[in-house]
Amino acid sequence: MTDSSTGDLVRRTAVDLAAMITKGEATAVEVAQAHLDRIDAVDGRIHAFLHVDHQGALAAAAAVDAKRSAGESLGTLAGVPLALKDVFTTAGIPTTAGSKILEGWRPPYDAALVERLRAADIVILGKTNCDEFAMGSSTENSAYGPTHNPWDETRIPGGSGGGSSAALAAHFAPLAIGTDTGGSIRQPAAVTGTVGVKPTYGGVSRYGLIACASSLDQGGPCARNVLDAALLHEVIAGHDPRDATSIDQAVPAVVEAARRREIGGMRIGVVREFAGEGYEPGVLASVRAAIDVLTELGADVVEVSCPSFTYALPAYYLILPSEVSSNLARFDAMRFGLRVGDDGTHSAEEVMAMTRGAGFGPEVKRRIILGTYALSSGYFDAYYGQAQKVRTLIARDFAAAFDQVDVLVSPTTPTTAFPLGERADDPLAMYLADLCTIPANLAGNAAMSLPVGLSDGLPVGLQVMAPVLADDRLYRVAGALEHALDDRRGHALLEKAPTL
Amino acid sequence: MPAITRDEVANLARLARIALTDEELDHLAPQLEVILEAVARVGEVAAEDIPPTSHALPITNVVRPDEVRAGLSQQAALSGAPEAEDGRFRVPRILEEEA
Repeated sequence: MTDSSTGDLVRRTAVDLAAMITKGEATAVEVAQAHLDRIDAVDGRIHAFLHVDHQGALAAAAAVDAKRSAGESLGTLAGVPLALKDVFTTAGIPTTAGSKILEGWRPPYDAALVERLRAADIVILGKTNCDEFAMGSSTENSAYGPTHNPWDETRIPGGSGGGSSAALAAHFAPLAIGTDTGGSIRQPAAVTGTVGVKPTYGGVSRYGLIACASSLDQGGPCARNVLDAALLHEVIAGHDPRDATSIDQAVPAVVEAARRREIGGMRIGVVREFAGEGYEPGVLASVRAAIDVLTELGADVVEVSCPSFTYALPAYYLILPSEVSSNLARFDAMRFGLRVGDDGTHSAEEVMAMTRGAGFGPEVKRRIILGTYALSSGYFDAYYGQAQKVRTLIARDFAAAFDQVDVLVSPTTPTTAFPLGERADDPLAMYLADLCTIPANLAGNAAMSLPVGLSDGLPVGLQVMAPVLADDRLYRVAGALEHALDDRRGHALLEKAPTL
Repeated sequence: MPAITRDEVANLARLARIALTDEELDHLAPQLEVILEAVARVGEVAAEDIPPTSHALPITNVVRPDEVRAGLSQQAALSGAPEAEDGRFRVPRILEEEA
């Protein structure tokens, strides 16, 4: 293939690529190779991937081409390449969760989500960078070095799923997978001008997802446009008996909603608490302009107050470290992963402590110790117990809001992408990046970020939040808004990103 | 809320089985102090009569039929072990041995 046609393939949507493969206008191998070539040429600058699986991707693509040749019917995303956040286990393929403690580990099994991707003939290109055990908002907590934002390589790509969002924005893959515990899908999407969805908690199986905070973690789809995200959502969602918190109900009709492009009569609430001090004026201006478009499209827009949301961040930073301190106890140097100090002079307990001291990075240690403190007797009621009560109040705020409106909207993040290094040694400043995204995790709601404009040349995301199991409403609003904004602009926002 | 001392952080690290260097302890104690001060804001909420929520969805006690089914083979389960011996995980000494 010529360079120009290869360049063209990496800029296409997932829907287009799947159609081209089905019609025989391109083979899945050509599509995979074009993306692998681009990764090989450009990812030295971006560092979106921790591991690129050239051989596996080309083999999966060849299998799609063979199916087509044999006249078998292909799935809606068959042959489309995908970038997978390195917190999902992949049989025989390195899985690190961004941590030294898992360096070189090759899991013996595939995560449920990975099984679904493979069954849908989606081509997994490799594993993307992330903050260690998905703890962070910048990818700077990865033990393997940060990812750079394709819009401005001196800035963060968001986190924890910054590798996945950067892979989309840099045209390394048209689809990606993230996980969202407090905003790790939506905040990276917002700062890279891409689409990211946190499905309703329990919508996507956590089997084979390396746990951060189990009551909050949720895998979800990332893409460059709303329809591609919906198609991926449909592939990965659904009941899985191996995850006891998996919802045993039909997946909401997200693809149909994304195609609808009509929101007449929908009631949309603007969260009053997520504006004002601490919010970048350019972010608020872009969000306000997008809300005006929603009104023009026929939605009824009202302001809604959710007073407990201002306590979501402190509650989250008690609940999350508490769950982390328990979940990460499994990294004990005994059954898999790193082992340090086993020289015959140290006991198992000493080897555990030495391994965890050497294998965990600063943010993970900080959160484990914070969680250990919050759960200790004497402090439990004041910290963890009280945070759980605040969680109830946040769920009640959502319930009251959804009595009045169909969806809520807010900025996804208070600011655009900040410079790498700016908040690296100031945990509290870093935590503020998740201010607007955390409530949906605490209450289990569906939520999404979509690009709506630029502030000083950097992307701004609008967050849309829907009730539990009403994920389709996100796609209905986002599909209509994206279409209207692209139409007015004359092109997708990502076209404004620098050419790499 | 009480201040968190360097000694307390050292004790928490011991309980969490994380060996910390002196430099890490020096750095961590003041950082945790700042974070704890910020998260203590949850105490401002009047919530005596509010039930706690541990989990977002009202799902409890999901069970499956007690049927035998295939799991990982012994070889697969040991494939990531730092050390294995005779089909088992080899671990450092657990009990104190008399010299």
